Amino acid sequence: MLAGFIEALFLQSGYNAALVAIGAGLLGIAAGAGGTFLFLRKRALVSDAVAHATLPGIGLAFIIMVLLGGDGRNLTGLLIGSAITAAIGLYLIDWIVRRTRLAEDAAIGAILSVFFGLGIVILTVIQTMNRGRQAGLESFLLGSTAGMLFQDAVIIAAGGALAVTLVIVLRRPMTTVAFDPDYAAASGLNVRALDLAMMGLVMAVTVIGLKVVGLILIVAMLIIPAVTARFWTDRTERVVIIAGVLGGVAGYIGAALSASAPALPTGPIIVLVSFAIFTVSLLFAPHRGVLAALLTHRRFQVRVHHRQGLLALARNEPIHDPMTLEVLRREGLIRKDRVATDAGKAQAAKALRDEKRWEIARQIHQDEAVSDRYDGLTPIEDVLTRDEIDDIDRRIGPPVVVESAG
Amino acid sequence: MSPAAALELATANGIANRSETVVDTALSVRELTVSYGEKPAVFSVDVTVPDSTLTAVIGPNGAGKSTLLKAVLGIVPTLSGEVRVFGQPFAKARHRVAYVPQRASVDWDFPTRVLDVVMMGLYRELGLLRLITGHHRQTALECLDRVGMADFAGRQIGQLSGGQQQRVFLARALAQNADLYLLDEPFAGVDAATEKAIIEVLKDLRAEGRAVVAVHHDLATVADYFERVLLINVRKIAEGPVSEAFTSETLQATYGGRLATAHIDQLRLPAA
Repeated sequence: MLAGFIEALFLQSGYNAALVAIGAGLLGIAAGAGGTFLFLRKRALVSDAVAHATLPGIGLAFIIMVLLGGDGRNLTGLLIGSAITAAIGLYLIDWIVRRTRLAEDAAIGAILSVFFGLGIVILTVIQTMNRGRQAGLESFLLGSTAGMLFQDAVIIAAGGALAVTLVIVLRRPMTTVAFDPDYAAASGLNVRALDLAMMGLVMAVTVIGLKVVGLILIVAMLIIPAVTARFWTDRTERVVIIAGVLGGVAGYIGAALSASAPALPTGPIIVLVSFAIFTVSLLFAPHRGVLAALLTHRRFQVRVHHRQGLLALARNEPIHDPMTLEVLRREGLIRKDRVATDAGKAQAAKALRDEKRWEIARQIHQDEAVSDRYDGLTPIEDVLTRDEIDDIDRRIGPPVVVESAG
Repeated sequence: MSPAAALELATANGIANRSETVVDTALSVRELTVSYGEKPAVFSVDVTVPDSTLTAVIGPNGAGKSTLLKAVLGIVPTLSGEVRVFGQPFAKARHRVAYVPQRASVDWDFPTRVLDVVMMGLYRELGLLRLITGHHRQTALECLDRVGMADFAGRQIGQLSGGQQQRVFLARALAQNADLYLLDEPFAGVDAATEKAIIEVLKDLRAEGRAVVAVHHDLATVADYFERVLLINVRKIAEGPVSEAFTSETLQATYGGRLATAHIDQLRLPAA
């Protein structure tokens, strides 16, 4: 299986596997980048409703094409049909939120289930029709890459390119709307139109992704890469880029994995690969990861002991806590006999002044953000502006030399 | 730069308009009514804001102060009324108006840095595709410097205190280089140093001939900070220079029983 995976990874597993891997990779890039704004706008679940609303369109397009005497399984026709009902579902959610007292989550729940139910009914009706090789429509639920054609990959590539272009062109207005919709509206941006464009983007990704991952799992390809990327950066444009890359990697590796064994479904495997990357990020990302949080806590503990020790030195108080003694000794601030060194005295004086500044700062800044930054070692210069510190220093008075602790 | 582009830029900065139309009214609102459901939040309010002034919008909670600003800016739909900015319909003069929303209205864990937020004020100038250059970064840094936040340019916005968040919002508005500034509670929950920094910037704006309108809560500082007031409680109660419109009678009419008379007496009101 490993050999098979490596072959697939380097596109050596045959024509179909290579097509699927490339198609899934492109889809992943488009979905990751396009889904980022959905995540930032906190409207991730709308995409799930949009995806489910594609199902009746697929069924109706099939029926119409058969009735017109064509091939009911023409992919372009099916995708156009799915886009139309997805757009209707999207419009209805928007309408419900604006015209009724229902909140968006209720609207999403209603539209998602009703459209999906309608789609299932239509698909069942098609099963009873005697025309047009109907078998296989249900593959749009979870995707099916077995019979993927070159033409399908071209559609994914074209749709993906369109989605990425839209992201590049609209990145500034979409960022503004996601961060601060009121400000965006005041500066002349059409928030509603931009939201619709964002949803159009999601719809495009969903429709081109039907073949590979299916409509039930496409939401994972839109959202997981963005959520994962957020762990690694604090900047919007980087979230977009990282999400696109992670989505592409997950799509490509997932497709290669599923090609390496006979019974592995492509879409679900892609989602699981995506989830694996998410888990690694959740645990190991710097700053926002779980491990980083643990380390930060540990470092915080050392800082607290460091600070408490310095303040005890400055105030000439005896130190009993073994960890405090250990921390101070390790940094050469006290001697073995617990007497402060010169460096220890100097730092103790500085700590005392910083502590006084903090004390006043925490009285003035009652909001939590400043108080949260009080961790015992962060110099106040890192947290407050110069005029704020000057203001505090005026209240304290001039620096006082701390009498050395003996 | 081509002449056409130069003209376009000049228009965007409001320069061309300024030379064409001589106006001394920055903002004029006529019979503005806004309603959520069937209960008016702002009812038939008229406002006139002259150039080069600082105006405080004052009223109790739920009096429609924020709604008034949002209606002027076209963020919430209006039932009736007309908004003119520098003599033009708002839609035409929008680029001359900058808005500072309440800082609580956004998610401060959003993945963006201080400088990027200020850069949003330059997006109109940048358009969709033009790349950000050193010149734009310099402009944004200067705006941050005006609010004392230049050292914080690279910080993630989630690390800021409330006062610093407010300063960043103000810097973003400064980057727009507007002629009319509408601020929603810029002093709410900020520290004393920030309050001082903000009011200094607002006074500078006035000195540059720009008009500033701010929703304000602290009645004690109204006379110090502002020269004009607009008192509203759904309807307009009073409007004009502090010495005329900010009196115990108008305050009583605005706040009703909610403002104790003893409290009013403590305010440094202009002699009646």
